Amino acid sequence: MTESYKKTLLDPLFESNPIALQVLGICSALAVTSKMETALVMCVAVICVLALSNVSISLLRNFIPGNVRIIVQLTIIASLVIMTDQVLKAYVYEISKQLSVFVGLIITNCIIMGRAEAYAMQNGPFDSLLDGLGNGLGYSTILMATAFFRELLAQGTVFGVVLLPKVSDGGWYNPNGILGIPAGAFFLIGFFIWALRVWKTDQIEAEG
Amino acid sequence: MRHSALYTILFSGAVCVVCAVLVSSAAVSLKQDQLRNAALDKQRNVLFASGLADPADRLDPEQVERMFENIRPIVIDLETGRETDIDPTSFDQAKAAKNPATSREAPANRASVQRVPNQALVYEVLEVGKPAMAVVPIEGYGLWSTLYGFLAIGNDGNTVRGITYYQHLETPGLGGEVDNPNWKAAWPGRRIYDASGAPAIRVIKGTAAPADRAPHEVDGLTGATITSNGVTAMLDFWLGENGFRNYLQRFKEGQDR
Repeated sequence: MTESYKKTLLDPLFESNPIALQVLGICSALAVTSKMETALVMCVAVICVLALSNVSISLLRNFIPGNVRIIVQLTIIASLVIMTDQVLKAYVYEISKQLSVFVGLIITNCIIMGRAEAYAMQNGPFDSLLDGLGNGLGYSTILMATAFFRELLAQGTVFGVVLLPKVSDGGWYNPNGILGIPAGAFFLIGFFIWALRVWKTDQIEAEG
Repeated sequence: MRHSALYTILFSGAVCVVCAVLVSSAAVSLKQDQLRNAALDKQRNVLFASGLADPADRLDPEQVERMFENIRPIVIDLETGRETDIDPTSFDQAKAAKNPATSREAPANRASVQRVPNQALVYEVLEVGKPAMAVVPIEGYGLWSTLYGFLAIGNDGNTVRGITYYQHLETPGLGGEVDNPNWKAAWPGRRIYDASGAPAIRVIKGTAAPADRAPHEVDGLTGATITSNGVTAMLDFWLGENGFRNYLQRFKEGQDR
Protein backbone atom coordinates (compact mmCIF):
# COMPACT_ATOMS: atom_id res chain seq x y z
CA MET A 1 0.00 0.00 0.00
CA THR A 2 1.45 3.30 -1.00
CA GLU A 3 1.82 6.14 1.46
CA SER A 4 -1.07 8.22 0.10
CA TYR A 5 -3.53 5.29 0.17
CA LYS A 6 -2.52 4.58 3.74
CA LYS A 7 -3.08 8.21 4.62
CA THR A 8 -6.55 8.25 3.03
CA LEU A 9 -7.53 5.14 4.95
CA LEU A 10 -5.98 5.84 8.34
CA ASP A 11 -6.06 9.62 8.74
CA PRO A 12 -9.78 9.70 9.63
CA LEU A 13 -9.06 7.47 12.64
CA PHE A 14 -7.34 10.18 14.72
CA GLU A 15 -5.90 12.92 12.48
CA SER A 16 -9.22 14.04 11.01
CA ASN A 17 -11.78 11.99 12.88
CA PRO A 18 -15.29 12.68 11.54
CA ILE A 19 -16.81 12.89 15.04
CA ALA A 20 -13.96 14.36 17.07
CA LEU A 21 -12.53 16.88 14.59
CA GLN A 22 -15.22 17.44 11.99
CA VAL A 23 -17.98 17.03 14.65
CA LEU A 24 -20.29 15.19 12.23
CA GLY A 25 -22.61 12.29 12.99
CA ILE A 26 -23.08 13.19 16.65
CA CYS A 27 -26.79 12.35 16.67
CA SER A 28 -26.38 8.62 16.18
CA ALA A 29 -23.28 8.61 18.41
CA LEU A 30 -25.58 9.63 21.27
CA ALA A 31 -28.50 7.43 20.34
CA VAL A 32 -27.13 3.95 19.71
CA THR A 33 -24.24 3.76 22.19
CA SER A 34 -26.01 2.48 25.29
CA LYS A 35 -24.93 -1.05 24.37
CA MET A 36 -21.85 -2.27 22.50
CA GLU A 37 -23.76 -4.84 20.46
CA THR A 38 -26.12 -2.29 18.91
CA ALA A 39 -23.24 0.17 18.43
CA LEU A 40 -21.25 -2.48 16.57
CA VAL A 41 -24.07 -3.26 14.16
CA MET A 42 -24.60 0.46 13.61
CA CYS A 43 -20.88 0.86 12.85
CA VAL A 44 -20.91 -1.97 10.33
CA ALA A 45 -24.00 -0.48 8.68
CA VAL A 46 -22.42 2.98 8.47
CA ILE A 47 -19.13 1.61 7.11
CA CYS A 48 -20.98 -0.33 4.38
CA VAL A 49 -23.17 2.60 3.38
CA LEU A 50 -20.26 5.05 3.44
CA ALA A 51 -17.93 2.85 1.39
CA LEU A 52 -20.60 1.96 -1.18
CA SER A 53 -21.94 5.49 -1.51
CA ASN A 54 -18.44 6.90 -1.92
CA VAL A 55 -17.60 4.35 -4.63
CA SER A 56 -20.85 4.78 -6.56
CA ILE A 57 -20.76 8.56 -6.38
CA SER A 58 -17.11 8.57 -7.41
CA LEU A 59 -17.90 6.36 -10.42
CA LEU A 60 -20.64 8.75 -11.49
CA ARG A 61 -18.78 11.95 -10.59
CA ASN A 62 -18.06 12.96 -14.18
CA PHE A 63 -21.63 12.34 -15.28
CA ILE A 64 -23.61 13.94 -12.45
CA PRO A 65 -24.94 17.34 -13.58
CA GLY A 66 -23.67 19.96 -11.11
CA ASN A 67 -27.02 21.56 -10.47
CA VAL A 68 -28.72 18.36 -9.25
CA ARG A 69 -25.68 16.70 -7.67
CA ILE A 70 -26.91 16.88 -4.05
CA ILE A 71 -30.22 15.25 -4.98
CA VAL A 72 -28.46 12.53 -6.94
CA GLN A 73 -26.09 11.88 -4.02
CA LEU A 74 -29.02 11.67 -1.61
CA THR A 75 -30.95 9.30 -3.87
CA ILE A 76 -27.98 6.94 -3.96
CA ILE A 77 -27.36 7.21 -0.21
CA ALA A 78 -31.04 6.72 0.62
CA SER A 79 -31.25 3.62 -1.58
CA LEU A 80 -28.19 2.11 0.09
CA VAL A 81 -29.57 2.86 3.55
CA ILE A 82 -32.93 1.28 2.77
CA MET A 83 -31.21 -1.83 1.47
CA THR A 84 -29.02 -2.00 4.58
CA ASP A 85 -32.10 -1.68 6.77
CA GLN A 86 -33.80 -4.50 4.85
CA VAL A 87 -30.78 -6.76 5.22
CA LEU A 88 -30.58 -6.08 8.98
CA LYS A 89 -34.29 -6.84 9.39
CA ALA A 90 -33.85 -10.10 7.55
CA TYR A 91 -30.72 -11.36 9.28
CA VAL A 92 -30.27 -9.65 12.68
CA TYR A 93 -33.86 -8.89 13.56
CA GLU A 94 -33.38 -8.43 17.32
CA ILE A 95 -30.69 -5.81 16.91
CA SER A 96 -32.43 -4.05 14.06
CA LYS A 97 -35.42 -3.70 16.38
CA GLN A 98 -33.23 -2.01 19.00
CA LEU A 99 -31.66 0.28 16.42
CA SER A 100 -35.19 1.12 15.23
CA VAL A 101 -35.23 4.41 13.34
CA PHE A 102 -31.51 5.05 13.63
CA VAL A 103 -30.63 2.83 10.69
CA GLY A 104 -32.99 4.86 8.53
CA LEU A 105 -31.44 8.01 9.93
CA ILE A 106 -28.04 7.04 8.48
CA ILE A 107 -29.42 8.91 5.45
CA THR A 108 -29.14 12.14 7.42
CA ASN A 109 -25.76 11.27 8.93
CA CYS A 110 -23.66 14.24 7.85
CA ILE A 111 -20.54 12.09 7.52
CA ILE A 112 -21.96 10.30 4.49
CA MET A 113 -23.15 13.39 2.60
CA GLY A 114 -20.02 15.19 3.73
CA ARG A 115 -17.63 12.60 2.31
CA ALA A 116 -19.63 12.29 -0.92
CA GLU A 117 -19.56 16.03 -1.51
CA ALA A 118 -16.05 16.72 -0.18
CA TYR A 119 -14.19 13.66 -1.43
CA ALA A 120 -15.98 11.27 -3.78
CA MET A 121 -17.00 14.05 -6.19
CA GLN A 122 -13.31 14.86 -6.79
CA ASN A 123 -11.49 11.52 -6.48
CA GLY A 124 -11.36 8.14 -8.16
CA PRO A 125 -13.34 5.11 -6.99
CA PHE A 126 -10.48 3.32 -5.22
CA ASP A 127 -9.41 6.41 -3.25
CA SER A 128 -13.07 7.04 -2.44
CA LEU A 129 -13.47 3.48 -1.21
CA LEU A 130 -10.51 3.94 1.14
CA ASP A 131 -11.83 7.32 2.25
CA GLY A 132 -15.23 5.78 2.96
CA LEU A 133 -13.78 2.87 4.89
CA GLY A 134 -11.44 5.21 6.79
CA ASN A 135 -14.14 7.64 7.82
CA GLY A 136 -16.42 4.75 8.71
CA LEU A 137 -13.70 3.34 10.94
CA GLY A 138 -13.05 6.76 12.47
CA TYR A 139 -16.76 7.04 13.30
CA SER A 140 -16.71 3.49 14.66
CA THR A 141 -13.69 4.14 16.89
CA ILE A 142 -15.53 6.89 18.75
CA LEU A 143 -18.82 4.99 18.78
CA MET A 144 -17.31 1.81 20.19
CA ALA A 145 -15.29 3.69 22.81
CA THR A 146 -18.42 5.59 23.89
CA ALA A 147 -20.48 2.41 23.94
CA PHE A 148 -17.79 0.62 25.96
CA PHE A 149 -17.82 3.18 28.75
CA ARG A 150 -21.58 3.64 28.66
CA GLU A 151 -22.39 -0.06 28.82
CA LEU A 152 -19.71 -0.76 31.43
CA LEU A 153 -20.57 2.11 33.76
CA ALA A 154 -24.36 2.17 33.29
CA GLN A 155 -25.01 -1.57 33.17
CA GLY A 156 -21.81 -3.17 34.41
CA THR A 157 -21.45 -5.27 31.26
CA VAL A 158 -19.36 -5.41 28.09
CA PHE A 159 -21.09 -7.02 25.08
CA GLY A 160 -23.64 -8.32 27.58
CA VAL A 161 -20.98 -10.09 29.70
CA VAL A 162 -21.17 -9.02 33.33
CA LEU A 163 -17.93 -7.42 34.55
CA LEU A 164 -19.29 -5.30 37.40
CA PRO A 165 -22.16 -7.14 39.14
CA LYS A 166 -24.92 -4.62 39.90
CA VAL A 167 -26.39 -4.05 43.38
CA SER A 168 -29.85 -4.89 41.97
CA ASP A 169 -28.48 -8.30 40.91
CA GLY A 170 -26.89 -8.93 44.29
CA GLY A 171 -23.47 -7.54 43.36
CA TRP A 172 -21.59 -4.47 44.59
CA TYR A 173 -21.65 -2.06 41.65
CA ASN A 174 -23.97 0.92 41.82
CA PRO A 175 -24.68 1.85 38.17
CA ASN A 176 -24.17 5.37 36.90
CA GLY A 177 -27.56 6.57 35.67
CA ILE A 178 -26.45 9.52 33.56
CA LEU A 179 -24.36 7.33 31.25
CA GLY A 180 -27.44 5.21 30.66
CA ILE A 181 -29.21 8.09 28.94
CA PRO A 182 -28.04 9.66 25.65
CA ALA A 183 -26.93 12.87 27.39
CA GLY A 184 -24.18 10.83 29.06
CA ALA A 185 -22.58 10.27 25.65
CA PHE A 186 -22.13 14.04 25.31
CA PHE A 187 -19.80 14.06 28.30
CA LEU A 188 -17.86 11.06 27.03
CA ILE A 189 -17.42 12.45 23.52
CA GLY A 190 -16.36 15.76 25.06
CA PHE A 191 -13.68 13.94 27.05
CA PHE A 192 -12.52 12.08 23.92
CA ILE A 193 -12.18 15.33 21.99
CA TRP A 194 -10.27 16.84 24.90
CA ALA A 195 -7.93 13.84 25.12
CA LEU A 196 -7.38 13.82 21.37
CA ARG A 197 -6.47 17.51 21.35
CA VAL A 198 -4.04 17.08 24.21
CA TRP A 199 -2.38 14.33 22.15
CA LYS A 200 -2.57 16.11 18.77
CA THR A 201 -2.22 19.77 19.58
CA ASP A 202 -2.58 20.88 15.94
CA GLN A 203 -6.32 20.08 16.20
CA ILE A 204 -6.87 22.92 18.67
CA GLU A 205 -8.62 25.78 16.93
CA ALA A 206 -7.02 29.23 17.08
CA GLU A 207 -8.77 31.49 19.58
CA GLY A 208 -10.68 34.56 18.48
CA MET B 1 -19.40 21.17 -16.05
CA ARG B 2 -22.45 22.48 -18.00
CA HIS B 3 -25.08 20.01 -19.09
CA SER B 4 -28.23 20.56 -21.09
CA ALA B 5 -31.59 20.43 -19.34
CA LEU B 6 -32.49 17.29 -21.27
CA TYR B 7 -29.31 15.55 -20.09
CA THR B 8 -30.08 16.51 -16.47
CA ILE B 9 -33.60 15.12 -16.71
CA LEU B 10 -32.52 11.90 -18.39
CA PHE B 11 -29.67 11.39 -15.95
CA SER B 12 -31.93 11.95 -12.93
CA GLY B 13 -34.51 9.62 -14.39
CA ALA B 14 -31.91 6.90 -14.94
CA VAL B 15 -30.57 7.22 -11.39
CA CYS B 16 -34.11 6.96 -10.03
CA VAL B 17 -34.90 3.86 -12.08
CA VAL B 18 -31.68 2.08 -11.10
CA CYS B 19 -32.11 2.94 -7.40
CA ALA B 20 -35.78 1.96 -7.44
CA VAL B 21 -34.97 -1.41 -8.99
CA LEU B 22 -32.23 -2.08 -6.41
CA VAL B 23 -34.39 -1.08 -3.45
CA SER B 24 -37.45 -2.98 -4.56
CA SER B 25 -35.54 -6.14 -5.41
CA ALA B 26 -33.90 -6.04 -1.96
CA ALA B 27 -37.30 -5.55 -0.33
CA VAL B 28 -38.98 -8.32 -2.30
CA SER B 29 -36.20 -10.87 -1.98
CA LEU B 30 -35.81 -10.37 1.77
CA LYS B 31 -39.50 -10.14 2.61
CA GLN B 32 -39.95 -13.81 3.50
CA ASP B 33 -37.05 -13.75 5.95
CA GLN B 34 -38.31 -10.54 7.54
CA LEU B 35 -41.85 -11.82 8.05
CA ARG B 36 -40.51 -15.03 9.51
CA ASN B 37 -38.28 -13.07 11.89
CA ALA B 38 -41.13 -10.87 13.06
CA ALA B 39 -43.40 -13.86 13.69
CA LEU B 40 -40.59 -15.74 15.41
CA ASP B 41 -39.80 -12.77 17.62
CA LYS B 42 -43.38 -12.62 18.81
CA GLN B 43 -43.48 -16.36 19.46
CA ARG B 44 -40.24 -16.16 21.43
CA ASN B 45 -41.70 -13.48 23.64
CA VAL B 46 -44.82 -15.52 24.28
CA LEU B 47 -42.52 -18.34 25.41
CA PHE B 48 -40.55 -15.96 27.65
CA ALA B 49 -43.73 -14.60 29.26
CA SER B 50 -45.09 -18.07 29.92
CA GLY B 51 -41.80 -19.15 31.49
CA LEU B 52 -41.44 -22.03 29.01
CA ALA B 53 -38.16 -20.53 27.80
CA ASP B 54 -35.57 -18.08 29.00
CA PRO B 55 -34.09 -15.25 26.88
CA ALA B 56 -30.64 -16.64 27.77
CA ASP B 57 -31.51 -19.91 25.99
CA ARG B 58 -30.99 -18.40 22.52
CA LEU B 59 -33.66 -20.63 20.98
CA ASP B 60 -33.29 -21.52 17.33
CA PRO B 61 -36.34 -21.39 15.02
CA GLU B 62 -36.93 -25.16 15.11
CA GLN B 63 -37.02 -25.19 18.91
CA VAL B 64 -39.50 -22.32 18.96
CA GLU B 65 -41.68 -24.11 16.45
CA ARG B 66 -41.59 -27.33 18.45
CA MET B 67 -42.50 -25.54 21.68
CA PHE B 68 -45.31 -23.75 19.89
CA GLU B 69 -47.00 -27.05 19.06
CA ASN B 70 -48.49 -26.84 22.55
CA ILE B 71 -49.59 -23.25 22.23
CA ARG B 72 -52.86 -22.31 20.61
CA PRO B 73 -53.18 -18.74 19.33
CA ILE B 74 -56.81 -17.60 19.28
CA VAL B 75 -58.62 -14.38 18.55
CA ILE B 76 -61.12 -13.53 21.27
CA ASP B 77 -63.84 -10.95 21.58
CA LEU B 78 -62.88 -8.63 24.42
CA GLU B 79 -66.43 -7.77 25.42
CA THR B 80 -67.81 -11.29 25.66
CA GLY B 81 -64.49 -13.04 26.28
CA ARG B 82 -65.48 -15.70 23.73
CA GLU B 83 -63.28 -17.19 21.07
CA THR B 84 -64.07 -15.90 17.57
CA ASP B 85 -63.54 -17.65 14.25
CA ILE B 86 -61.06 -15.01 13.03
CA ASP B 87 -57.86 -16.59 11.73
CA PRO B 88 -55.12 -15.78 14.29
CA THR B 89 -52.36 -16.02 11.68
CA SER B 90 -53.75 -13.11 9.70
CA PHE B 91 -55.08 -11.05 12.64
CA ASP B 92 -53.15 -7.88 13.38
CA GLN B 93 -54.22 -6.46 16.71
CA ALA B 94 -52.37 -3.17 16.29
CA LYS B 95 -54.13 -2.62 12.97
CA ALA B 96 -57.49 -3.63 14.44
CA ALA B 97 -57.04 -1.06 17.23
CA LYS B 98 -56.56 1.71 14.66
CA ASN B 99 -59.51 0.80 12.45
CA PRO B 100 -62.70 2.54 13.69
CA ALA B 101 -64.76 -0.42 12.45
CA THR B 102 -62.97 -2.91 14.72
CA SER B 103 -62.19 -0.75 17.72
CA ARG B 104 -63.56 1.92 20.01
CA GLU B 105 -62.16 4.86 21.89
CA ALA B 106 -60.70 3.83 25.23
CA PRO B 107 -62.31 5.30 28.35
CA ALA B 108 -60.03 7.62 30.32
CA ASN B 109 -57.20 5.58 31.77
CA ARG B 110 -53.82 6.12 33.39
CA ALA B 111 -52.03 3.84 30.94
CA SER B 112 -52.60 6.33 28.07
CA VAL B 113 -54.31 3.65 25.97
CA GLN B 114 -56.10 5.53 23.20
CA ARG B 115 -58.14 2.86 21.43
CA VAL B 116 -59.28 -0.62 22.41
CA PRO B 117 -59.72 -3.24 19.70
CA ASN B 118 -62.91 -5.27 19.76
CA GLN B 119 -60.92 -8.45 19.28
CA ALA B 120 -57.56 -9.46 20.70
CA LEU B 121 -55.00 -12.16 19.99
CA VAL B 122 -54.23 -14.37 22.98
CA TYR B 123 -52.22 -17.57 23.35
CA GLU B 124 -53.44 -20.56 25.31
CA VAL B 125 -50.68 -22.83 26.54
CA LEU B 126 -51.74 -26.48 26.69
CA GLU B 127 -50.41 -28.96 29.16
CA VAL B 128 -51.40 -32.55 28.44
CA GLY B 129 -54.04 -31.25 26.06
CA LYS B 130 -55.74 -28.93 28.57
CA PRO B 131 -55.30 -25.15 28.62
CA ALA B 132 -53.00 -24.40 31.55
CA MET B 133 -52.04 -20.82 30.91
CA ALA B 134 -53.28 -17.82 28.96
CA VAL B 135 -50.81 -15.30 27.55
CA VAL B 136 -52.38 -11.91 26.85
CA PRO B 137 -50.83 -8.83 25.22
CA ILE B 138 -50.44 -5.68 27.32
CA GLU B 139 -49.35 -2.17 26.39
CA GLY B 140 -49.19 1.22 28.03
CA TYR B 141 -47.13 4.32 28.54
CA GLY B 142 -44.12 4.44 30.87
CA LEU B 143 -41.81 7.44 31.12
CA TRP B 144 -40.55 7.90 27.54
CA SER B 145 -42.38 5.35 25.51
CA THR B 146 -45.16 2.84 25.16
CA LEU B 147 -44.17 -0.52 26.61
CA TYR B 148 -45.41 -3.61 24.75
CA GLY B 149 -45.42 -6.96 26.42
CA PHE B 150 -47.17 -10.16 27.41
CA LEU B 151 -48.60 -11.35 30.70
CA ALA B 152 -49.08 -15.06 31.37
CA ILE B 153 -51.93 -16.07 33.69
CA GLY B 154 -52.57 -19.47 35.22
CA ASN B 155 -55.72 -21.56 34.71
CA ASP B 156 -57.42 -20.04 37.76
CA GLY B 157 -57.63 -16.84 35.71
CA ASN B 158 -55.98 -15.01 38.60
CA THR B 159 -52.41 -16.11 39.27
CA VAL B 160 -49.61 -14.47 37.31
CA ARG B 161 -47.25 -16.97 35.71
CA GLY B 162 -44.89 -14.50 34.11
CA ILE B 163 -44.41 -11.16 32.38
CA THR B 164 -42.19 -9.94 29.60
CA TYR B 165 -41.78 -6.73 27.61
CA TYR B 166 -40.60 -7.01 24.03
CA GLN B 167 -40.54 -3.37 23.03
CA HIS B 168 -39.93 -0.17 24.96
CA LEU B 169 -37.58 2.81 25.03
CA GLU B 170 -37.28 3.29 28.79
CA THR B 171 -33.98 4.45 30.31
CA PRO B 172 -31.46 1.59 30.38
CA GLY B 173 -30.57 0.75 33.98
CA LEU B 174 -33.67 2.46 35.40
CA GLY B 175 -37.02 1.93 33.65
CA GLY B 176 -35.23 -0.39 31.24
CA GLU B 177 -34.88 -2.80 34.17
CA VAL B 178 -38.32 -4.16 33.20
CA ASP B 179 -36.11 -6.52 31.18
CA ASN B 180 -34.17 -7.61 34.25
CA PRO B 181 -34.74 -11.33 34.90
CA ASN B 182 -34.59 -10.72 38.66
CA TRP B 183 -37.46 -8.27 38.50
CA LYS B 184 -39.47 -10.54 36.22
CA ALA B 185 -38.88 -13.39 38.68
CA ALA B 186 -40.83 -11.42 41.32
CA TRP B 187 -44.07 -11.85 39.32
CA PRO B 188 -45.02 -15.54 39.23
CA GLY B 189 -47.43 -16.45 42.01
CA ARG B 190 -48.87 -12.96 42.51
CA ARG B 191 -52.66 -12.62 42.26
CA ILE B 192 -54.37 -10.22 39.91
CA TYR B 193 -57.87 -9.76 41.35
CA ASP B 194 -59.04 -8.85 44.84
CA ALA B 195 -62.14 -10.37 46.48
CA SER B 196 -64.47 -8.01 44.58
CA GLY B 197 -63.02 -9.09 41.22
CA ALA B 198 -61.26 -5.81 40.46
CA PRO B 199 -57.62 -5.84 39.33
CA ALA B 200 -55.52 -5.20 42.45
CA ILE B 201 -52.04 -6.15 41.31
CA ARG B 202 -49.61 -3.26 41.46
CA VAL B 203 -45.94 -2.39 41.43
CA ILE B 204 -45.10 -0.81 44.78
CA LYS B 205 -42.22 1.36 45.91
CA GLY B 206 -39.48 -0.78 47.45
CA THR B 207 -39.51 -4.53 47.93
CA ALA B 208 -42.68 -6.58 48.19
CA ALA B 209 -43.17 -9.39 50.72
CA PRO B 210 -43.39 -12.99 49.41
CA ALA B 211 -46.48 -13.85 47.34
CA ASP B 212 -48.32 -15.56 50.21
CA ARG B 213 -48.19 -12.44 52.39
CA ALA B 214 -48.46 -9.72 49.73
CA PRO B 215 -50.37 -11.43 46.92
CA HIS B 216 -51.08 -8.26 44.93
CA GLU B 217 -47.72 -6.50 45.24
CA VAL B 218 -44.60 -6.60 43.08
CA ASP B 219 -41.19 -5.00 43.77
CA GLY B 220 -40.75 -1.49 42.39
CA LEU B 221 -38.04 -0.58 39.91
CA THR B 222 -35.45 1.49 41.77
CA GLY B 223 -35.25 5.03 40.40
CA ALA B 224 -38.06 4.40 37.93
CA THR B 225 -41.27 5.34 39.71
CA ILE B 226 -42.96 6.55 36.52
CA THR B 227 -42.21 3.34 34.61
CA SER B 228 -43.35 1.31 37.65
CA ASN B 229 -46.60 3.26 37.79
CA GLY B 230 -47.00 2.77 34.05
CA VAL B 231 -46.78 -1.01 34.53
CA THR B 232 -49.43 -0.85 37.27
CA ALA B 233 -51.68 1.35 35.12
CA MET B 234 -51.49 -0.89 32.06
CA LEU B 235 -52.24 -4.03 34.09
CA ASP B 236 -55.15 -2.24 35.74
CA PHE B 237 -56.50 -1.36 32.30
CA TRP B 238 -55.89 -4.59 30.39
CA LEU B 239 -57.01 -6.89 33.20
CA GLY B 240 -60.09 -4.80 33.96
CA GLU B 241 -63.52 -4.75 32.35
CA ASN B 242 -62.23 -2.98 29.21
CA GLY B 243 -59.53 -5.57 28.79
CA PHE B 244 -59.28 -9.28 29.35
CA ARG B 245 -61.37 -9.74 32.51
CA ASN B 246 -64.27 -11.43 30.76
CA TYR B 247 -61.96 -13.62 28.76
CA LEU B 248 -60.03 -14.69 31.86
CA GLN B 249 -63.31 -15.48 33.62
CA ARG B 250 -64.30 -17.74 30.71
CA PHE B 251 -60.81 -19.23 30.57
CA LYS B 252 -61.13 -20.23 34.22
CA GLU B 253 -64.65 -21.62 33.79
CA GLY B 254 -63.52 -23.59 30.76
CA GLN B 255 -61.29 -25.59 33.10
CA ASP B 256 -64.24 -26.83 35.15
CA ARG B 257 -66.08 -28.39 32.25
